[in-house]
Amino acid sequence: MYKLPMSVPPAISPGTYFGWGDVTIQSGNLVVIVAMLVLFALALVLPFPGGKSRK
Amino acid sequence: MNATQTPDPEADGTGAYTWTGKSRRWFLKHLPPEKLLPEDQPSYVASWAYVFGMGAVAGLVFIVASGVVLSLNGPQWYHVSALGHFVNSAHLWSVELFFMFMVVHLWIKFWMAAWRGGRVLTWITGMVAFLVSIVAAFTGYLLQTNFDSQWIAFEAKDALNAVGVGAWFNVANLGQIFMWHIVLLPLAVGAVVVLHVLLVRAHGVVPPLDAAETDAQLQQPVSEDPETKAERS
Repeated sequence: MYKLPMSVPPAISPGTYFGWGDVTIQSGNLVVIVAMLVLFALALVLPFPGGKSRK
Repeated sequence: MNATQTPDPEADGTGAYTWTGKSRRWFLKHLPPEKLLPEDQPSYVASWAYVFGMGAVAGLVFIVASGVVLSLNGPQWYHVSALGHFVNSAHLWSVELFFMFMVVHLWIKFWMAAWRGGRVLTWITGMVAFLVSIVAAFTGYLLQTNFDSQWIAFEAKDALNAVGVGAWFNVANLGQIFMWHIVLLPLAVGAVVVLHVLLVRAHGVVPPLDAAETDAQLQQPVSEDPETKAERS
């Protein structure tokens, strides 16, 4: 019987969860949502390269 | 019958009496080459708000390309070899970027009321693309063949059986879900996205809400588009 080395992570882990009251969210999902909100905000405020020179 | 009122299409050489001729005339009328492959865009398109749709399309190209490599080599390759793991991860992260760009695109177009000016079908095809992509991503999660996919499948099976699709969409049948994921759903996503892009080309990108009615760039297409004119009257 083979013994797994100690460095091998468990086959499955629940991950890290954050919770505020009834709201619970997994860290990976929270990162994706925050990244999308940041992209949305940056798209509205950042100047587009070469935008002013176009007619 | 008056010959001057109904010209003979065979005689005048328009080809309107054949389905190929009728199709050609329809495509040239609704999708002329100058609309399909424009050389420039209005100045308001020079904004980060207008890049996320094409970002999602770029993500889709990477998804399909990495998916083809995964399909040709099979699970025994992508579950055990280093290169297989890399391509598998490239497939996953392409999906992450595809969905992130698509959602930001959806938010921006929602707040722009992008269905204005006869673009309702463009909006609807975009929503359909989003929904079909969610089903495609769901089947992708089922194909991980790990405890995650087993959990997702057995959480979903009762709902799918309850709505009566369990025979043709059986989440416990790995081979069937594999076919959905690599054949039917990619074809569906691809077809809807192509239709969406064609509609964007046909109607032009939506102008910003605060674009002046007197803007010369906007006046010409509005006055020329008969569909928009009919909607206004």
